[in-house]
Amino acid sequence: MTASAQTVVTGLGIVAPNGIGTADYWAATQAGRSGIGEIRRPDTVGYPVRCAGEVPADVPVTSLPSRLRVQTDRWTHLALYAADLALADAGLEPASLPDYEFGVVTASASGGNEFGQREIQRLWSQGPEFVGTYQSIAWFYAATTGQLSIRHGLRGPCGVVVSEQSGGLDALAHARRAVRRGTRAVLTGGTEAALSPYAFVCLFASGLLTRAADPTCAYRPFEPDADGYVPGEGGAILVVEEAAAAAARGATPYGFVAGHAATFDPPPGSSRPSGLRRAVELALADAGIGPTEVDVVFADAAGTPRLDEVEAAALAAVFGPFGVPVTAPKTMVGRLAAGGAALDVATALLSLRDQAIPPTVGTRRVADGYRLDLVLDEPRPARLRTAMVLARGFGGFNAAAVLRAPDPHLPSR
Amino acid sequence: MSRLRMDDLKRIMAESAGETEATRLDGPVDDRSFEELGYDSLALLEIVARVRQELGVKLDDDTVHLDDTLRQAVEQIEDVAARQQAGRP
Repeated sequence: MTASAQTVVTGLGIVAPNGIGTADYWAATQAGRSGIGEIRRPDTVGYPVRCAGEVPADVPVTSLPSRLRVQTDRWTHLALYAADLALADAGLEPASLPDYEFGVVTASASGGNEFGQREIQRLWSQGPEFVGTYQSIAWFYAATTGQLSIRHGLRGPCGVVVSEQSGGLDALAHARRAVRRGTRAVLTGGTEAALSPYAFVCLFASGLLTRAADPTCAYRPFEPDADGYVPGEGGAILVVEEAAAAAARGATPYGFVAGHAATFDPPPGSSRPSGLRRAVELALADAGIGPTEVDVVFADAAGTPRLDEVEAAALAAVFGPFGVPVTAPKTMVGRLAAGGAALDVATALLSLRDQAIPPTVGTRRVADGYRLDLVLDEPRPARLRTAMVLARGFGGFNAAAVLRAPDPHLPSR
Repeated sequence: MSRLRMDDLKRIMAESAGETEATRLDGPVDDRSFEELGYDSLALLEIVARVRQELGVKLDDDTVHLDDTLRQAVEQIEDVAARQQAGRP
């Protein structure tokens, strides 16, 4: 393959708190239907965080063989299911490609936390001989990648990226790099299922979760007194392919992965600025476009004022005050950590397909100083050719990606 | 210390390592090996650990092999259990 090999997304598999499968999710998202509610899990009663975006507990259990189910965490279950949806959507049978030409790169932020908690409990209450053997393969960040590789016989470049909420974009970039180096197809994206007590206790420590009890207005990014985000589970798995190979097999792409950049913040207390603005600028440069060519930005939407301020400032600086429509449909599902940016990419591609920007819900009023054109409550029809997705991971990760609609003269979704 | 019957082994296998549609444990599988039924070395470790816990018998990782049939596994485990009960090594 040459350096000009282009990467397209040809399949989407979505598992989200407000919809299982692309059609379900997109219909809910366009209608502003939120999947955030009061946490239903009985083991989190009494916790200071009251709301979450939960995927129904029986998804996807029945469709996975029990052999696979017992040796994996829920986070992997969701990814395996989403991958089935994505491959079907792409019309791509793994066996139709040479096995070394199909890889897997996913994102993970907390690994098999629920599985791990159960085994840690056994360790301390019953003893080491009661810790299950599968703990060895269920907990670690690469479990999903490994199981996808085994299940579908994908022996191409494989890996996992751990950059919390940025992971979905970084994994996508890694997949694009593999395509540029000659890999024909890559399964990418990510999921997260971090609502176990163990995961919650870790999340509390960040101070970034909201303690609001009303799910309809708990997560309200860019409001002047926003008080945190709502965590959620789920995500998206995407099929990416080399563009010419995809066209040759008659695939219809959702769009191009046109640009990506990742930067890292300076330590707290530093006088140097956040790296988010630079990530935006570098991603535009990578895509070979200027800010005026971006039609919509899917915001990171941290939901804490000091972080919202940084994002708003970066957007105003690059695109001009109110210079580009901004939206955060993640207000309907929560922040999904490793699943979040992947779901945002899927959502952005669906927006390009249907020429409509999905709304932000929860937020009633954007703080004046942010100078943001935030799409609120209702979807906004718009002529969309290029979308940008932003994602920031806890600990200082910044990532930006640029997605471009397919060539209008060729078949597309 | 309880005995291990074939039904117990199958129940433990299904619970701890799962089963597939192609090799349902309620079919005629007693004379098929773990490997033939699609269980790998990790699965076998897990199965043996659970048998150990339920029976209260000391089994080492060599008591059962992947190419043993279920029937052979039951016999081998019962053998070890009987010797431990009688106080013999």
